[in-house]
Amino acid sequence: MGMTMSEKILAKASGQANVKAGDIVWVKVDIAMMHDLLGPWLVDGGFQRLGGKLFDKEKVVVVSDHCTPPATVQQADILKFTRDWSRDQELPYYYEFEGPCHQVIVEHGHVRPGRLILGTDSHTCMAGGLGAFATGIGSTEMIGVLLTGETWLKVPETIKVVWDGRLPHGVYAKDMVLKTIKDLGHAGATYQTIEFSGSAISELSMDERLVLSNMAVEAGAKTGLIEPDHKVAEYLRSKGVTEEIDMISSDEDAAYSRVLYYNASELEPQVACPHEVDNVHPVSSVEGKAVDQVYLGSCTNGRISDLRIAAQILKGKKISKNIRCLVVPASQHIWMQANKEGILDILTEAGCIVNMPSCGACGGFTSGVIGAGEVVMSSSNRNFRGRMGSPKGEVYLGSPAAVAATAIEGKITDPRKYLPKEVMV
Amino acid sequence: MSFIIRGRVWTYGDNINTDIISPGQYMSLPVEKQAVHAMEAIDPSFSEKVQPGDILVAGHNFGSGSSRETAQMVLKHHRIGAIVAYSFARIFYRNSINVGLPVVEMADTSVISEGDELEINLLEGKIINHTKGTEYKGTKLPEHLIEMVKLGGLEPYLAKKLGIS
Ligand code: SF4
Repeated sequence: MGMTMSEKILAKASGQANVKAGDIVWVKVDIAMMHDLLGPWLVDGGFQRLGGKLFDKEKVVVVSDHCTPPATVQQADILKFTRDWSRDQELPYYYEFEGPCHQVIVEHGHVRPGRLILGTDSHTCMAGGLGAFATGIGSTEMIGVLLTGETWLKVPETIKVVWDGRLPHGVYAKDMVLKTIKDLGHAGATYQTIEFSGSAISELSMDERLVLSNMAVEAGAKTGLIEPDHKVAEYLRSKGVTEEIDMISSDEDAAYSRVLYYNASELEPQVACPHEVDNVHPVSSVEGKAVDQVYLGSCTNGRISDLRIAAQILKGKKISKNIRCLVVPASQHIWMQANKEGILDILTEAGCIVNMPSCGACGGFTSGVIGAGEVVMSSSNRNFRGRMGSPKGEVYLGSPAAVAATAIEGKITDPRKYLPKEVMV
Repeated sequence: MSFIIRGRVWTYGDNINTDIISPGQYMSLPVEKQAVHAMEAIDPSFSEKVQPGDILVAGHNFGSGSSRETAQMVLKHHRIGAIVAYSFARIFYRNSINVGLPVVEMADTSVISEGDELEINLLEGKIINHTKGTEYKGTKLPEHLIEMVKLGGLEPYLAKKLGIS
């Protein structure tokens, strides 16, 4: 019996030739990632009580993103604690004000195929888009990882999600993942890996693949994996990675707990409605719902390709007078690239507000939280009650294109209406 | 953490996620201030009514969402005795064991009513409902975690492993 990617990575991390789903293994961690809100200020007490010595500072990455820029004195205190801690520990990799952690660790080359990455954030699974086994852990568990470099994991079963065919115009990875989550249910992949494969997945850019792996946890999954290919290798080379890249893949006779097949060419734009991510409907059934705010950003969909699509839709147009449109590029690097391409001008001229790269209002932390009775259309990944502010607010999730089209009309809108017709060849 | 827990029940439905248990906008506050807002989106009187030792009983997918351990912190602040649910989200389950908050899965939690008095045996996976005079089967604590739980959670377990007293 062959092995899945998850089994292979966990076999390597546990120093064994073979492991299978269900095994409990002690694994060595390649990257331990923490962010400001669930990092040093929560782990330091226990960490110091247990000796306060890092297992390997080259493998510890800290990103301040949730409290940046601080909106309250408490957030400023947390940020200062995080910065001081990282300096005291002489961490070579500390980032702040650069964007959400998941994007930052990808852009800085920490994420590589075959690595085992644990982070104090549930969307750590995003790193699976490059073929790393990456999952979220709590702060207490992180104390153990920081001290020993190890923890235990149960080798997960894998659900294979195959997307073949070609995505129609105006339909994106976000729509694919929302549809997948709808079908699996918000707990349908609990304790399991989702492995995305098929010709439609290979066609996706790096930016788009990360949307799929980012949202795997919204079906309860431990991680979301995509087999690395030449696009991943080229991406890593462009980020200065010179070491050999482990082009890991699942064996053909690997065992899957379930296999789902989709034809991408039949997909329409999707929207997740309040207050669960699996409450997904085609955009046509929620069209016309009035919104107060539009949010284009987050580690899910604030990348350069997302901003390009939004700019394409908003160029020469004005956003509705009834709403505000917040744009939050997913990293400083993306901000600069968008600036260079004139995208920030286009968006600002349309009436959008471009905020600095951070978690911002995505998790209800800073700049742009919503009040009671307010409705948001967001490109982020979670629409739980109270997620972006008031528990009496409502969050709808869609692709960056759907978000941009909604900004124009002030109500949820099918993005295909604003995209030039596909050039027929 | 004790292996036998006895307490009074508060019932909840499915998908009690971490944004409900520990809303993002209060996470930077000290735990006693955060705890005031625990569960308020669905149960505004939660922080006033719960008593030390009370048991939360819920449906599917308890603790879904974020990896924030502030969720466990606020529940522990209210000295919740245990959570019994049909199923838990993965990270929440793991974090709870690591910090010594007992969690038990049980096939049909709808047979338990608000106000019932439960006694849970974590090692045997046995749940006695003293109010109704019935007994249910819950999941046992996983084998490889018993020693950790016996010692009181991950931190004391690590202290032992690292030889720190
Ligand atoms: S951008 Fe949103 S989903 Fe991503 S890490 Fe920040 S809060 Fe979490």
